[in-house]
Amino acid sequence: MSQASSPAPRPTVALFVTCLVDLFRPSVGFATAQLLEQAGYSVDVPEAQTCCGQPAYNSGDRAHAKQIAKQVIATFREYAHVVVPSGSCAGTITAHYPDLLRDEPDWAQAARDLADRTWELTRFLVEVAQVDLPTVDHKTTTTYHDSCSGLRELGIRSQPRQLLGRVNGLQLREMADTDVCCGFGGTFCVKYPDISERLVSNKVDNIAATGADMVVAGDLGCLFNIAGRLHRLEKPVRAYHVAEILAGTARSEPAIGEGDRS
Amino acid sequence: MESRAHLFKPAAREALHNPDLQQALTRVQAGFVGKRRTLVNKFPDFEGLRDRGQAMKDHTLAHLDYYLEQFEAKVHEAGGHVHWAETAEDAQRIVADICRQADARMVTKGKTMAGEEVGINEALDAAGLETVETDLGEYIIQLAKEPPSHIIAPAIHKTRQQICDLFDEHHHQGTFKEKLREVPDLVNEARGILRGKFLNADVGITGANCLVAETGSMFLVTNEGNGDLTHSLPRVHVAIAGIEKLVPTLDDASTLIRLLARSATGQEMTAYTTMVTGPRRGDDTDGPEEFHIVLLDHGRTNMMSGRFREMLRCIRCGACMNHCPVYASIGGHAYGWVYPGPMGSVLTPIFVGLDKTKDLPNACTLNGRCQSVCPVRIPLPDLLRDLREAQFDQHLTPGTTRHGLAVWAWFARRPRVYNALSRLGIGLLGRLGRRRGRFRRLPLAGAWTAGRDFPAPQRTTFQAAWRQHLSRRQTHE
Repeated sequence: MSQASSPAPRPTVALFVTCLVDLFRPSVGFATAQLLEQAGYSVDVPEAQTCCGQPAYNSGDRAHAKQIAKQVIATFREYAHVVVPSGSCAGTITAHYPDLLRDEPDWAQAARDLADRTWELTRFLVEVAQVDLPTVDHKTTTTYHDSCSGLRELGIRSQPRQLLGRVNGLQLREMADTDVCCGFGGTFCVKYPDISERLVSNKVDNIAATGADMVVAGDLGCLFNIAGRLHRLEKPVRAYHVAEILAGTARSEPAIGEGDRS
Repeated sequence: MESRAHLFKPAAREALHNPDLQQALTRVQAGFVGKRRTLVNKFPDFEGLRDRGQAMKDHTLAHLDYYLEQFEAKVHEAGGHVHWAETAEDAQRIVADICRQADARMVTKGKTMAGEEVGINEALDAAGLETVETDLGEYIIQLAKEPPSHIIAPAIHKTRQQICDLFDEHHHQGTFKEKLREVPDLVNEARGILRGKFLNADVGITGANCLVAETGSMFLVTNEGNGDLTHSLPRVHVAIAGIEKLVPTLDDASTLIRLLARSATGQEMTAYTTMVTGPRRGDDTDGPEEFHIVLLDHGRTNMMSGRFREMLRCIRCGACMNHCPVYASIGGHAYGWVYPGPMGSVLTPIFVGLDKTKDLPNACTLNGRCQSVCPVRIPLPDLLRDLREAQFDQHLTPGTTRHGLAVWAWFARRPRVYNALSRLGIGLLGRLGRRRGRFRRLPLAGAWTAGRDFPAPQRTTFQAAWRQHLSRRQTHE
């Protein structure tokens, strides 16, 4: 099933890059596009995408959430696959859009249709693309944080680990309570900052206890929260999105929250 | 019980800085979570059992009127009395009247969350009765004059030292001062004191873990046996139960009991599982002369229509709070009413009022761990989100949030404007943070930067960088 043995042209994949990656870490978007191209797909990035609407949806602002959901559905209507480097945003589209639009049957149908075509990145690579990606070397000890939405709404747990297992030199050390929330929770982290701080402190303690020098996850929200706390506590653990590790771009890109001279 | 849920934020802050509470709370995650996981993995098809539990409760709720009447008839047949309490006041009055008619002076009580809900202790106090809690945890917090902080482990917020101090003060007039005693020693001491109370009580009040329609029976599960001494020794037994506790058959009760102990304490069965059907019969050697069951509505029928009916499946196991990272950080008291944690954050706004419980639906990261362990698959995060929606619709959401969302949504729906503006803003922020890679402080982000650095964005937005990348690629081709 290697790339060389499957020359059949593959459909164009739409990359839904997510607002956080768009604004704060384009390197994750590029790594994702690179992985998809290496898997034989051509990648489109529709310009009309902004956000999946989760902030409105989770704040109870159903009207705005619906408007944005419809925009996303319309934007990605033509693509065979929509790939998202985030379990949280992919979860919003697949697990929540159909319910959000349940009162408008045509839109609900369109939402179910989009849900069927939408994939979180690591799951897409393992379950749909099914190709051996080019070998990547990255000598590091890493621990993996399971983001809640990806884990519980989409069942993503083995896929990123399977892919990381093929990175030469990368040793995975599981942390305690890897399935427990890091305390990000979207707007939760600024509405209840002290509770959020406790949760992320627990997470950072568990990360540090593994002795790993890197923490990897599939969601930029969790990673920003974790990296921000790691830096505040001056813990020497670098944070990367899983796409950056798999694409091999993490070796040349400063980790999350690290600058040219940090 | 008076709600203090409107004080959630200050209470949570205080809890986070209370070292005794924090020490006590480590036990929740350490004990319950691991034990439950072990037993669930050991059970051949726990997911199937959860499906059966959910289907059984949904069926019962859909035909609740039928099963309630069947239950009432069967209790009568067995010689018991059924009382219908629509409100908390009704329940208080009914129980006080039963005690008065029994000429009672002392009442022993097993743990009952429905009793907490309607303030049964206050009613008994007002009626001039001596009331003794017989569940060890409840006994401890009765001494401390505190409400329960967990629905199955009411004194989980107390450290062993605090319990020693309480026993010292109430049992020994301070002679043991500051001595840390062993758990069996404390248990034996409480047992010794409670034994006298069991024997002298006129009325025993308990909750019920489920009510069986086909037999008119109730189930009581405990690990201390206190429930059995409470219901069987006094002359009169009064049980208080929400109307959602009903199950159709004994088979269904067995499904529920198997789910309950595993989900709650990580036990295959609790130490004592008792089925009570009516009062003592002619040839019985023990048991009460009178059996009363108070069926409590207290807002439950209002939940029957609409989405919150799913919450009526709840079997009060506490698994959701045991697996909730927010509960593990702040404990149960911060939630401000009878039911804490995820199930409480759904129930309290419904029972107490959305306007008096504004924080509860929001103080959750929607991480879904509660739903993943709920034995009857209640979609707790979805229900919390529905409450947020109700808050938004009733203009209970803060103005800053509403306006912030409106402004953000305006941009999010205009990709060209959004992309142009975000490129400008991110370009600036990226330049400011490029060398260090993060900000220790940032205007308008004080809540974030209080405990975390804010990672600086990279040079520009992905959208802008991708367009550049495409045009470079085209030039090369």
